[in-house]
Amino acid sequence: VCAAVLLLNFLCSSVSSLYFHIGETEKKCFIEEIPDETMIIGNYRTQLYDKQREEYLPATQGLGMYVEVKDPDDKVILSRQYGSEGRFTFTSHTPGEHQICLHSNSSKFSLFAGGMLRVHLDIQVGEHANNYAEIAAKDKLTELQLRVRQLVEQVDQIQKEQNYQRYREERFRQTSESTNQRVLWWSIVQTLILVAIGIWQMRHLKSFFEAKKLV
Amino acid sequence: MLQLGLSCLLLLLHVCVVFGTELSFELPDNDKQCFYEDLEKDVKFDIDFQVIAGGNYDVDCFVTDPQNNVLYNEKKKQYDSFSHTTTMKGEYKVCFSNEFSTFTHKVVYLDFRHGDEEPLLQSMTRSTAMTQLESSCVAIHEILKVVADSQTWYRLREAHDRTKAEHLLERVTYWSIGETVLLFVIGIGQVMMLKSFFADKKGSVMAAT
Repeated sequence: VCAAVLLLNFLCSSVSSLYFHIGETEKKCFIEEIPDETMIIGNYRTQLYDKQREEYLPATQGLGMYVEVKDPDDKVILSRQYGSEGRFTFTSHTPGEHQICLHSNSSKFSLFAGGMLRVHLDIQVGEHANNYAEIAAKDKLTELQLRVRQLVEQVDQIQKEQNYQRYREERFRQTSESTNQRVLWWSIVQTLILVAIGIWQMRHLKSFFEAKKLV
Repeated sequence: MLQLGLSCLLLLLHVCVVFGTELSFELPDNDKQCFYEDLEKDVKFDIDFQVIAGGNYDVDCFVTDPQNNVLYNEKKKQYDSFSHTTTMKGEYKVCFSNEFSTFTHKVVYLDFRHGDEEPLLQSMTRSTAMTQLESSCVAIHEILKVVADSQTWYRLREAHDRTKAEHLLERVTYWSIGETVLLFVIGIGQVMMLKSFFADKKGSVMAAT
């Protein structure tokens, strides 16, 4: 009975989230720029267009989605296949742009019947990913303690974001200084090359004309 | 039995109040990407979008309601914010179009918020007055949300500027290499061509005399 109630909760909770359409072999990627040690929870739900009833119905069991998550260094940190409904979780170990890619694993063309698959997606980042009901139950917190706990988590997330901002600013500064240096060196080198080529041209032509007894 | 019914009811109540989604996605050239959301009547929703990378950092955006009336339609915007309270229940659509661009793909950040924030615990939905401590907690929570939003804003602006700076570095590098090659080619080419003029003349002079 508990399981049924939880299942009902899960199904109902995933009723309202942003959805989009995806083709059969299409791969949709989303980018999340997150600081270090941040947890991301993604929930998705798929629906297939039923031509007879002219509406979107929950997809059949055979249809699954392949979820691939890459970290900022292009290393795959999560690569798994889930069913027609799934929930994936990962924690970032390097700050930066993480890429979450989804594509359907259907190999049978008839499953889509030329239509599109509707995917409901919900991504919760950092503090929003916390399940406070669970935390309250586990640590036996009163309501007030839970509120304060939420504030602590929020402030934690803000601090992580600030550290990430410091790291990003350094990268930006390095890029700008690189550009400045390159422009400076290039100007000097270009002047030297111009002068050198000019001198070489004159000397070469002079010796050429002298050989031809025109000078 | 009553407990089961009550917990069912509480869980169902949890359903009615929902949150929002923020994500960044890549929009290839000549492409359109749409996101849909089923909303009830009289729900306030906010859409924030920003173009983080690509070309002139602009994108077309339009929002339609379930009856295909256009609620918002802007062309070539870099960033914008749009708020609306729904007048009917149904599927609302947000579309981003990069169809005016021939070869630059864009990275767009979208934040779609709707409804009110869900309460922390189901039991917090009771209508009794809050103590001063609870009110303070709520006030701090709201302020921290503003801080987090402002951080997101700055992160996006910084990403935009950093992408531009990295592009600049790339272009400076390629142009430097290109110009070096060009300088050498022109320098040596000029001398060769000049020598070839005199070689021909000398030949014709010899033939004439």
